[in-house]
Amino acid sequence: MILLRACARLPKVPLCVCGRQLGVLDLCGCSCRRGLKVTVVGAAGGIGQPLSLLLKANPDIDVLSVHDLRHTAGVAADLSHICTKSVVKAFEGPKKLKAAMKGADIVVVPAGLPRKPGMARSDLIGVNASVAADVAIAASDVCPGALLAYITNPINTIVPLAAAILKRKGTFDPNRLFGVTTLDCVRAKTFLGDAMNVNPQSVELPVIGGHTGTTILPIISQCKPEFKGEEMERLALVDRIQEAGTEVVKAKAGLGSATLSMAYAANQFVCSLIKAILGKSEEDVVEYAYVESDVTKVDFFATRIKLGPQGVMDNCGLPEMDEYEAAAMKCCLVELKKDIELGYKLSDDFKNRECE
Amino acid sequence: MMLLGRLKSQLVASTSPWRLLARNYKVTVVGAGGGIGQPLSLLIRQNAGIRELALHDINEMKGIATDLSHISKPGRVTTFVGESQLEAAVSGANVVVVAAGMPRLPGMERDQLMAANGGVAAKVASAVSVACPGTLLAFITNPINMIVPTAAEVLKANGVFNPRRLFGITTLDVVRAKKFIGTAMGKDPGNVDITVIGGHAGITILPLLSTCKPPYLGEAKEIEKLIHRIQEAGTEVVKAKAGNGSATLSMAYAGAQFVDSLLRAIGGQEGVVECAFVASELTEAPFFASSLELGRYGIKRYLEIPQMNELEMEALAKLLPILRKNAEEGIDFARKYLKQLEKTVPTALPEAQ
Repeated sequence: MILLRACARLPKVPLCVCGRQLGVLDLCGCSCRRGLKVTVVGAAGGIGQPLSLLLKANPDIDVLSVHDLRHTAGVAADLSHICTKSVVKAFEGPKKLKAAMKGADIVVVPAGLPRKPGMARSDLIGVNASVAADVAIAASDVCPGALLAYITNPINTIVPLAAAILKRKGTFDPNRLFGVTTLDCVRAKTFLGDAMNVNPQSVELPVIGGHTGTTILPIISQCKPEFKGEEMERLALVDRIQEAGTEVVKAKAGLGSATLSMAYAANQFVCSLIKAILGKSEEDVVEYAYVESDVTKVDFFATRIKLGPQGVMDNCGLPEMDEYEAAAMKCCLVELKKDIELGYKLSDDFKNRECE
Repeated sequence: MMLLGRLKSQLVASTSPWRLLARNYKVTVVGAGGGIGQPLSLLIRQNAGIRELALHDINEMKGIATDLSHISKPGRVTTFVGESQLEAAVSGANVVVVAAGMPRLPGMERDQLMAANGGVAAKVASAVSVACPGTLLAFITNPINMIVPTAAEVLKANGVFNPRRLFGITTLDVVRAKKFIGTAMGKDPGNVDITVIGGHAGITILPLLSTCKPPYLGEAKEIEKLIHRIQEAGTEVVKAKAGNGSATLSMAYAGAQFVDSLLRAIGGQEGVVECAFVASELTEAPFFASSLELGRYGIKRYLEIPQMNELEMEALAKLLPILRKNAEEGIDFARKYLKQLEKTVPTALPEAQ
């Protein structure tokens, strides 16, 4: 048994001293030598603060770097009192972004403007594209091996935009760039759990596609436990999952969008990234995320992915779908194609910034 | 090997008695819309054992409730707005945690908060007296040293005071002590065991470094600096936030830890110990923070104060009169509040017309 295990460990790919496989960029973050570093860009915001709190409570992080345009000193001082081993480092202002991200293993980006009532996620693209671009440029320069996870909306466009910038800088790795769609999965579990009167934690169902309106595709036909409701009920659930973000924006009446549930979901995703990097989990580390993929005819699509130390280890592809879902998929792909094209187009606006 | 591990965790989960009961609690957060209330509610929402998380605030909170309700944990999230809904919010709650009130601003002493926040304590205590007198009532609202005596006095006036069910949350002092000591010793703060007694303001906070585990072996000057830092940590954050409030995230962390301990104890888990500021006979101060073993109905046992060294005994002697004075001020406030209430309540019903 031991012999077999030893054989299984014989390196077929280059390994770092810590035993981790070296990826495309041949960099070993080697967090185990110098400690696991996570950077939160936008840490003083509505999502950033509770997310940073949840991350500070994580016993596996060694350095928690918090960046924002303002107010990071106060947030950092507050967080630094929490009795976990991680050290909190504060960075404030656009000029300190690179310092904040230097050597990060994971960069999670909740920065940017939230929606107000009546706004679609796509209305945010003006300001938020600039935020996303700055982060992508900085990542290329100071932490090209990091796992980069965007929360900034609209995800469907932001992630392709970031990818285009990273490609031009020669640091793009499709396994290391994510749009966080975990909140859609969380909401799907909650709403289906309510509908079926079961513990939402016991509900499993795929949520694929994108992260806005009809590009969010909950595949209820594959729900476990099986959803046995009427057609109308199913349609209502799909609609509710797709519009859940808007539900919160309306309920907050101008005071923002989902923050606490977004922090919860993003923390779940980052914890999975951490488990994958540290290789501690006995089971596969699995999440859904919006990544570059060839699973469909569009360049970016959210599917179930298996995570490893270098990010995406395996894309699980599309789940089975029924007729209705397959039709919804077609509409989703049309929308996504537009959103992705917009991301590529907008990335051109930042060519000059990349050379600074 | 893996299979055995999984089987074991299933067995442990099903036979731990406290888990079996852990699905039926109502927790009310008063001040859920505030800087502490929001992250605190998020942390409590993550607890899978709660059937209802009731959020109360004086401001509308539909957005926050909707936000939290999307989190995939069992239990529902309900909201209550305004003073008139306070009783409904706390009705039937197993634990009521109060994060409402004003935060400290730079230059402000905790005492100045009493003017604004004393009323919060009195109103919550009044509501609890009517709607859930058996609840475990835990205050975060500052200044704790006065707020808890105020609440106690109101509960007493209503004939429902039980000293084992009223707490001022001082967990953040313990959290900070663990962090600062751990960092100083180059050890994981999670593994530091430290008792913090006294009160929750300045020199009334007394971390017993002489009994720290693992032992803290620093010089006298270092010890003094460490103690001072623990005592002034709140002010450290107020200054760093430069007018944008006081500790919120670390307070939420500590508050959630305390609420979690209360719930585990209610559920029957043995050996749950926390420091908290409570009505106490351990010293001459009527209200005092010390280590407590928690049980199904609140405080099960007041643990003995550990053996102190000379410096700590001196510090204790200095803080006790302050705590006594704070308690008197808190009780005074409550009495004035109750008197005012008497004036506004009609002594006779209006005559039928």
